[in-house]
This record gives sequence, structure tokens and C-alpha cells, in this order.
Amino acid sequence: MSIATAIRDRDVAELPGRRDEDWRWTDLRGLIRKLPPPSEPFTAGVGDGPFDALAAERRVVVNGRGAEPIEVPRDASSIVAVRFVSRGAGVHIARLNIFLGANARLVLLESYESNGASLSEAALNITLGAGAVVERVVLAQDHAEAVSVSQADVTLASRATFGQTTVASGARRQRLETRVLHPGGQASLRLDGVYLLADKRHSDQTTVVTHAGTDGVTAQLTKGVVRDQARGVFQGRIVVEEGADRTDARMGHHALILSDRAEVDAKPELEIFADEVACAHGNTVGALDEDALFYARQRGMPEDDARALLTEAFIGEVVDRIDHAGAREVVRAWVAERLRG
Amino acid sequence: MLKVENLHAVVDGKEILKGLSLEIPAGQVHAIMGPNGAGKSTLSYVLTGRDGYEVIEGSATLDGEDLLALAPDVRAARGVFLSFQYPLEIPGVPALTFIRTALNAQRRARGEDEVSAPAFLKLAREKAAALKIDFEMLKRALNVGFSGGEKKRMEILQMAMLSPRFLILDETDSGLDIDALRIVADGVNALRSPDRAMLVITHYQRLLDYIKPDRVHVLAGGRIVASGGPELAHELERGGYERYEQAA
Repeated sequence: MSIATAIRDRDVAELPGRRDEDWRWTDLRGLIRKLPPPSEPFTAGVGDGPFDALAAERRVVVNGRGAEPIEVPRDASSIVAVRFVSRGAGVHIARLNIFLGANARLVLLESYESNGASLSEAALNITLGAGAVVERVVLAQDHAEAVSVSQADVTLASRATFGQTTVASGARRQRLETRVLHPGGQASLRLDGVYLLADKRHSDQTTVVTHAGTDGVTAQLTKGVVRDQARGVFQGRIVVEEGADRTDARMGHHALILSDRAEVDAKPELEIFADEVACAHGNTVGALDEDALFYARQRGMPEDDARALLTEAFIGEVVDRIDHAGAREVVRAWVAERLRG
Repeated sequence: MLKVENLHAVVDGKEILKGLSLEIPAGQVHAIMGPNGAGKSTLSYVLTGRDGYEVIEGSATLDGEDLLALAPDVRAARGVFLSFQYPLEIPGVPALTFIRTALNAQRRARGEDEVSAPAFLKLAREKAAALKIDFEMLKRALNVGFSGGEKKRMEILQMAMLSPRFLILDETDSGLDIDALRIVADGVNALRSPDRAMLVITHYQRLLDYIKPDRVHVLAGGRIVASGGPELAHELERGGYERYEQAA
């Protein structure tokens, strides 16, 4: 069940949907009655991407075309911006393979940019060599009518470090999925997410981390703000396999619901089959703290300013964890713009 | 300055203030004492405009302007400041950012220019030093992980920086040891001036040894049931609130 097989077979029944446990809150099968036509090549300009100024190398994948592999050799270092651009209302998929040699370093600045009712899937395979370091920052700024799915499979090696922050404003349906194979051996993983949703937008952040070896570390923090009739989905699964002793895994998901008709569905799951592990998860969904709001207003802040300050601070905790200073400021500005409306 | 007349207020459907009248002229410090549940905190929230505190009768004016018609932030810009009994923790917002945002919002509301960053920092350093607050602490999220005493000092710091005209201190002494109490009281006393007025709400007389009031009122059963000079506070300390509760 995937968009790729649905396209291959021209059969909407192949789309993932509510009968697939992992997709029950992002039911593409129930949503899409008829597959759109395949996207045409798009040759006109696509403007600037959000991370262009920060990158040493810029890649643009338009309507599924142009996804050349990225390889960072042993001990080398690079900053690459990859834009997945969808133009029009067709269907397309893109596959991108990324390899890092031992001790290589990569800052991957990725964006999703659609402008219509497209149906798209981007599938990334990211493989890290021993001691390699990746920071992946994803800005998913899709069109309100788009259906956009990104699936990344990440394979770590010993002593590798992978840090990720996905930032999403939703779409008709939007899913950012990350699956990480964590070998332990002092490899370290940070998987963070932010979703800011308004109108009828939907966004799904799904992660699956499999700890297969000893002494692995995972830190996860996702925060969301939903208003109007928007819907946020967070699914976080951490599996600690038998023998993956001394794993340290922490997952947090916290959401603010700013209207009665907005919705957040969260499913944090820890499956632990090993000993001596330190695993914890926290999950909260609620409104902005009215007491804190009054406190700020008593000090002179108009209500809208006070709400914006407190909401930005709530999301700021995730933004502050982005290592790359330039990317952090791009994300901070992007968040502020959306929260201040 | 402040004039409250026949104030009746309801919280959760229950009448808490039942005809409270009070007048505090500029330049004076008045204390309100009373037993738990008398309505002391309710009065502070009604004067500052908290949601859920509904005035059903009476008035409250500041220099003749109807306070009750104004939003909480507008009251703040007019110079009303409440030092909270339980100051809120504001995760993710450094104390300096919070205070600067508040100060500039007040200045904008009054049609004044925003304060420049260097001028603001200079002011913050000066006021923090006077209150023996480590300046580094102001870079941390406001009140998050602060002790009770530190939170109260942060309230007084905000007060000193926002420079309000009408100050309400709600149980500012609670949770303070004697040294912290003295520092906080010095901070409050430094703000006494002929064009400011203060309302000090307290359960115990102790605070009033440090912040000397011009008048003391006893609040019981939602009304002022007795008023007098500073000696009234000592009398209450000896005799307790019992006879006033009966009178109410």
C-alpha cells in the first residue's frame, strides 16, 4: 500500500488508508476517489527556496524529476538544500538516495513546495557511515489543496549522529514520516517536529525508531499549534529490540488547541524488549494557559500579543534545538510569521 | 487616585465582594487585612480585570476614569500593577524579553516611543542590582524553576521597571524569609512617591513593619468592616480576625 504502487497500477485501492493501522488518521484511500493524471515536466522557473541562501549546493526536484543522489565522501562536509516542488494538480513520486561516508557531515535543508491539488510522494533513503553527522531540517509549506507525503528511511551506523526537525503547516493531507534504524553503539538521534495548522489543514508527523543495538540514544520532541478546523496527527513509535540494552529514549509530544473544532490525534508508543533501558514519553494536548495569559496582560500586553508571545515560546523550545544557526533563524521567522498571522 | 464604591463582585456564581468601598489618595499606602476567604485576592483581580470576576454593582475609578470598563492591558498602561500572590511561570520567555515586551506595549498604548535596547538593559541592570537579583537570572525563562522568594523579587523588579502609578501587592510577604522580606520591602518603599498610591494586601502584620501604611482596613465577608491607622494592624495581630468575622 503506497502512493507508488497506486500510481504503478493506476488503482486508488492501493493507496494507504484507514485499514492500515499506521494510516488511520491520514486516510488517503477514503479521500481520493480517482487518481489525478501524472504530472507533466515543468520547465518554467520555480523562484527561490527558503534555504537557498544557506546552502553550498542547491537541488530542485520538480514534479518528481531531477532527484540525483547525494553523496558526501568520508571526512567531507556539505550543506545541501533540496526542494521538492510540485506544480499543477498531477500525481508524481520522487526518490532520493543520500549516502554519507565515515565521519562525513551534512546539513540537509529540505523543503516541500506545492502550488495546487497535486498528489505527491517523496521517498528518501539516508545512510550514514560510522561517526557521520547529519542535521536534517524540513520545511513543509504545501498548498491547502495538496496531498503531500514524505517518507524518509534513515540508517545509522555506530557513533553516527542524526538530528532532525520537521516543520509543517499542513495541506489537504500532509504526512512527514521518518523511520530510523538505530544500531546503538553510541549513535545518537534527535527527532523533532513542529506543526502549525490553520483552516482545514491536516498534518501528520509519524516516526518509527528501532533500537537494534546497545547504548543508543534517542531524544524526540514534537510540538503543535492547531486552530480553526485543522487536524494534527502525531504517531511516535520507539522499539527497543531484545539485546538493545542501555538504550536511552525519550519522546515528548505537546500540542495547543486554539479552537473548539480543531483536533489533535496522538499515539506515542514504546515497545521495549530489552533490559536496563531508560525510556519515557510525555504527551499533553490542551489550551493556552489562561493564568499565564492574564499575567502577561496585567503587565500591559494586549491579548493578541500575549497569545503570540506565549505560543511562540511554546514552539520556540523545539526551534532552539536546531543546531545550524542559519536554519534555526529561517525556521524561527517562518514560525513567527504563521503564529502572528 | 483610587476610588471604589459599593463594589459587588461574583466569582463562579458566588458573591464574594458585597458592597466594598475604599478610597486611596495619591501619595498614600493603604493596607487591607483580613481572614482567608474574605475577598482580598478577589479585590485585586477585580481591580485588574481578570476573566471570571464579574462586577454586578458599584464602581472603581482611577483618577476619575472607570477602571472596570477597560481591558486588563489598558489598565496596566494606565499604571495599574498587581504583584501576584503566586507569580506565573512563563516557559520559553526570558525574563528580560517578557519585561521589555510589556514595557514597550505599555509605552505604545500611551503613545510613547519604545525604549531602546541599551537603555532598557541599563535600567534592568540597575534595578536588578538594587533588588540583589543576579542579572544572569534575567536571561532565563521568567519564574521557571525560581524559588518562591525569587519569584516575589521578580515581581518587584517588574514593578520597578514598569513604574506604575497604582500598585497592588497581594500577599507579597508569603514565602519570604526575613532577609528577602527586607529586600522586597526596600524595593517597594523606593517606589513610594507623592504621585503614586499603593494597596498592600496581607494576612499578617509582619509586612507592615517594613512597608508602613498610612491607613489599615479590615476586609471581612466581602466588605470593609473597620478602618484605622497603623495601630489597627497591631491590634489585629493580638486579637485576631474573629470579632470582625462575626461582625461581617
